[in-house]
Amino acid sequence: MTPGTAVSRRRTTAQAGRGPLQVDGEVFSVKRVGDYFHLTIVADGIAERTRPGNFVALSVGDDTSANLLRRAFSIYRVKPAGIYGGTVEIIVAAHGPGTSWLASRHRHDRVNVVGPLGRPFALPKQPVACALVGGGYGSAPLFGLAEKLRERSCTAHMVLGASTEARLFGALEAKRAASSVTVTTVDGSVGIKGVVTDPLPTLLARHDIDVVYSCGPMGMLRAVTSVATQHGAWSQTAVEEAMACGVGVCMTCVLPVVGDDNITRMVRSCVEGPVFAGDKVRWDAIGTVPAGTYGTSVPSRRP
Amino acid sequence: MTALTPADVDLTTVLADAHLDNPVMTASGCAAAGQELHQFFDVSELGAVVTKSVMRDPRSGRPTPRMAETPSGMLNSIGLQGPGITAFLARDLPWLLQHDARPIVSIAGSSLGEYAELARRVGNTPGVAALEVNISCPNVENRGSVFACDPFQAARAVAAVRRDTPRGVPVFAKLSPDVTSIVEVAEAVMEAGADGLVLINTLLGMHIDLTTLRPLLGGGTGGLSGPAIRPVAVRAVWQVAAALPGVPIIGVGGIRTGADALEFLLAGASAVQVGTVIFNDPSAPRRVIAELRADLAVRGFAKASDAVGFAHRSTPGST
Ligand SMILES: Cc1cc2nc3c(=O)[nH]c(=O)nc-3n(C[C@H](O)[C@H](O)[C@H](O)COP(=O)(O)OP(=O)(O)OC[C@H]3O[C@@H](n4cnc5c(N)ncnc54)[C@H](O)[C@@H]3O)c2cc1C
Ligand SMILES: Cc1cc2nc3c(=O)[nH]c(=O)nc-3n(C[C@H](O)[C@H](O)[C@H](O)COP(=O)(O)O)c2cc1C
Ligand code: FES
Repeated sequence: MTPGTAVSRRRTTAQAGRGPLQVDGEVFSVKRVGDYFHLTIVADGIAERTRPGNFVALSVGDDTSANLLRRAFSIYRVKPAGIYGGTVEIIVAAHGPGTSWLASRHRHDRVNVVGPLGRPFALPKQPVACALVGGGYGSAPLFGLAEKLRERSCTAHMVLGASTEARLFGALEAKRAASSVTVTTVDGSVGIKGVVTDPLPTLLARHDIDVVYSCGPMGMLRAVTSVATQHGAWSQTAVEEAMACGVGVCMTCVLPVVGDDNITRMVRSCVEGPVFAGDKVRWDAIGTVPAGTYGTSVPSRRP
Repeated sequence: MTALTPADVDLTTVLADAHLDNPVMTASGCAAAGQELHQFFDVSELGAVVTKSVMRDPRSGRPTPRMAETPSGMLNSIGLQGPGITAFLARDLPWLLQHDARPIVSIAGSSLGEYAELARRVGNTPGVAALEVNISCPNVENRGSVFACDPFQAARAVAAVRRDTPRGVPVFAKLSPDVTSIVEVAEAVMEAGADGLVLINTLLGMHIDLTTLRPLLGGGTGGLSGPAIRPVAVRAVWQVAAALPGVPIIGVGGIRTGADALEFLLAGASAVQVGTVIFNDPSAPRRVIAELRADLAVRGFAKASDAVGFAHRSTPGST
């Protein structure tokens, strides 16, 4: 050994079988589903560690790309390695440069994957009644969740909403995965004309729901949490904040969340989320640092 | 020069009183305090881990959005969110030491008294390889003007830190490129007692959102970083190395590969830091070490230190 050749004496968490991996993945397929793209990526080792609610961060372009920041996507499905390598599936809404680049990939293209990331949905220990509410591509992580809930003898009632039928994801699959399915579209092209919170109060009452899981736009999460809280149910929300690193090192992805000690802190949604107890998120204060937040001049309690 | 095999290259680096296995570090604010990156590679393999600038008190930082992607870079306006020095010393620094990492602790103050207090508390903690002084902060005692933008104020902050840091713990001053003459600031902080320099911090920038027709970042302006700023950083290293020969310089700004790191060594940096590119590739700091080793070998440099400042030498035969 020459001087300066560092010798690793300690195993990293990834080597110890926990935490996220960084994998040079290969696109297996890209399929159009309504307005979305369903990507299946061969990325060994990620499936075995994934739990519903985790996400992956994908790099855009090759190693000279001018788009440096990774893009975050909820994990829709995973398959552990079998005859083929393990796969990760995501649902992409193409709008900006990163999502458009991903949507235009072909079989065998390379995509670097970091994951699984973030805290997954908390699962009930008892066989309770659950509602799973998804907005647009936000339904993607709910199918794996429904499966886990039903393994625990919980019921899983799904409410899926979108602006139009083309933006509704997984309504057909929901029929298989869920105990019941309710669909809403803003334009009325399919299901109830309206938004997910329209049928939600009745559904929560009829099935005596204990836990409401939700994933979708922030406005929807806020509204769903308020309906759930009124009904006396727990709510678990998967939020979407702009992220630069996805792994907890940059502090860009923060939002104000109240801790068990009643103090509001700016917490990183990539590592302490993306799943939060809905009633702990200061939805009204997102995009601000509300007065009294820990680390503003005087830390104080929530009024 | 004849090519060597990468394994034959000696990467050991001396920066004032700090002796490092290799010249590659993380950049402050891009690696937190090492724990998250340790999921991807062993942080003890790095020359040093430079921690996120810590202030005396806990800080909530700025409102979101805190970042915008820009061509080959990004803008950030984090506002130095952090746990404060007490929590840092109780939790983060011990973790780095337990994992055999060499910590360089970045400190940031909003007054001279705060810099001095941080210097005492960090400098007296065993195991700290060096202090990095982030002077790109507003001075509350001087109408909020940024220390780094005025040679006199910059020197006062650095002097306050040096005075209260034990001998044997080197103090590096990190300079802002947003000044008329970076050489002038470099001279002032070296005179104030700095043991070396870190060049450069981010450049002030802005992005306007075409949907809202307003600045996108919660803080309005933000710091520009990433490969887009690399030529600015190389220029700063070059100018300061030329004006102050022999001063230890740590180069930072847009380093993505070993070749980029080598460019900084040739310009006069003895060590380098990898920042924004970590967000693209969390294993980047370790990858850069291996690539730098190979890039030095190909060019026949037996030691990393042989490449430091090489670009300043006149070409053989020229006058
Ligand atoms: C935890 C999580 C899960 C997500 N799951 C999905 C999913 O399943 N399907 C899907 O289509 N999209 C999902 N998103 C949103 C997706 O990450 C963004 O749409 C995407 O990053 C935008 O990249 P772009 O280049 O197309 O757009 P641009 O707007 O050009 O992106 C510019 C920059 O802003 C960041 N950014 C912009 N919008 C968002 C956003 N909404 N969230 C996070 N970062 C953003 C990008 O990372 C990039 O750095 C998720 C986001 C998060 C945080
Ligand atoms: C998200 C982010 C946070 C940063 N935080 C700090 C900080 O706390 N202290 C500091 O001295 N520099 C900070 N920097 C600046 C970097 O350390 C570095 O000087 C700069 O980003 C240029 O290097 P790069 O292009 O490799 O990122 C930060 C940069 C980024 C992108
Ligand atoms: S995205 Fe970097 S800390 Fe969360």
